Amino acid sequence: MTLIRHELKQAWKALLIWTLSIGAFIVICLFMYPEMKSQMNSISSIFSSMGMFSSAFGLDTLDFGSLKGFYGIECGNILGIGGALFAALIGIAALANEEKNGTAEFLLTHPLRRTEIITAKLISVLIQILILNVVVWLMAVGSIAVIGEPVPWKEITLLHTAYFLLQVELACVCFGISAFLWKGGIGIGLGLAIALYFMNIIGNLTSKADVLKYITPFGYADGSEIFNKGALDGCKLLIGLAVSLIGVALAYWKYNKKDIR
Amino acid sequence: MESKAIFADNLTKYYGKARGIDGLDLAVAPGEFFGFIGPNGAGKSTTIRTLLGLISPTAGKGQVLGMDIVRNKKAILERVGYLPSDTAFYNGMKVRDMLKLSADLRRKDCGAVSAELCERLQLDRDRKVEDLSFGNRKKVGIVCALQHEPELLILDEPTGGLDPLMQHEFFSILQERNQKGTTVFLSSHILSEIQRYCSRAAVIREGKIIACDSVEKLAKTGARRVTLRGSLKPDALPEARDWKETDGTVSFLYNDEMNQLVRTLAAADIRELTVAEPDLEEIVLHFYEKGGDQA
Repeated sequence: MTLIRHELKQAWKALLIWTLSIGAFIVICLFMYPEMKSQMNSISSIFSSMGMFSSAFGLDTLDFGSLKGFYGIECGNILGIGGALFAALIGIAALANEEKNGTAEFLLTHPLRRTEIITAKLISVLIQILILNVVVWLMAVGSIAVIGEPVPWKEITLLHTAYFLLQVELACVCFGISAFLWKGGIGIGLGLAIALYFMNIIGNLTSKADVLKYITPFGYADGSEIFNKGALDGCKLLIGLAVSLIGVALAYWKYNKKDIR
Repeated sequence: MESKAIFADNLTKYYGKARGIDGLDLAVAPGEFFGFIGPNGAGKSTTIRTLLGLISPTAGKGQVLGMDIVRNKKAILERVGYLPSDTAFYNGMKVRDMLKLSADLRRKDCGAVSAELCERLQLDRDRKVEDLSFGNRKKVGIVCALQHEPELLILDEPTGGLDPLMQHEFFSILQERNQKGTTVFLSSHILSEIQRYCSRAAVIREGKIIACDSVEKLAKTGARRVTLRGSLKPDALPEARDWKETDGTVSFLYNDEMNQLVRTLAAADIRELTVAEPDLEEIVLHFYEKGGDQA
């Protein structure tokens, strides 16, 4: 408990900034929606007929003119990328930063099992992701209510749940990688998040690359797919869960026998 | 057999192919004030970090307070206080919070001892750790190592950055603890510290213990520091070490037949002569570290 509290105390400023930034972007976009809606009927058909570009961002299957469509696309890009970057960053920093900052020697010479340390850090990462997502969800739902639109509860909650799971998966994978590092790996974390994001876009562009959508967690957090099906893709989620568990298992396996620098 | 405070049997650590320590044997009895001497890169920190479970040994066996260093890490760490040579703390935290965190991680209330130590070391608990000088950060490390009143203190180069007054206060604290039964394991390359405070010491060189004895015996070898004014060529005494010549003054360490020395000196043109016992520093530097022969 002491360690989790300590981890969260160390993290709260960055968490606050990320949460409010992502939340604020979504709020601003939603406040622009009423203005756009009046002009949207004509724009919407243009957006959906831009060929490759439309399919890359799901514009062909989502109606940009409806709140759902607008939110699925707009939120997809803000919470999708922002949340993924945040999750990757805190995941990759979790174990590696102790050694990078020279605090590992302090922490690991206290009577704690390595397993206790790994667990506390993992829980702290998950709590941060949960806080970010709950707050952003509240801000989004609140804004929709304020602009006087009916809240599409089911869709918006499904979409946010998918993003939450995406972030958890990415954080778990980065957490696993973190156990192998001793210099910090911001580049690896950001690179991985962005690569997975583009993997989904490529998967959207051509059905030949459909398999990519099963590899990247962005595959199950695709607004157009979720809204059209009204549910999350169980198969992709299971793959995501498996990948997350592998990441976490890797962290326990490696860090328990790691030589600390 | 009474269990040792620290015990290492053929303890070995290789980082890939790079040698950390190689077949190290060590035994420190409970209640000792023990010195651990060696140059940088000899394996002092590797030994300590292996004993504390930060790194795992490649081969050999180690025990701290009678417990196995691989299997009982947590139990060992509960009863040990460790001061690393380079102390880093979490940015943004005040000294007070840092000390509290360390105590909380040990599930102990160390408030009173902590306050007393801060007072004695003149450590301001309201400063942020990242604003502290190296010496003041060291003090935070000292309080973290001492506040839970461990049975065994392992100190890696503890006095770096401390001013002489603070060093003195620090060693008084250590001596008080030692008198109350705490075992102190002091790793240092400052030999005067070891000579002054430790009862026994081990010398480590290239990952191996090359001498381990009471400090008195380690320092008491046949070796003498010979200083003379006059002319004497180095090849007259091939066994001499640390040969220094300045303005007609010749100085060297000699650890061989005394008669041989006297005969050689008698044949030379000597105006002044002193023969003195060298201090531990000179002995370790010139006898234990070259070729490893025990002086």
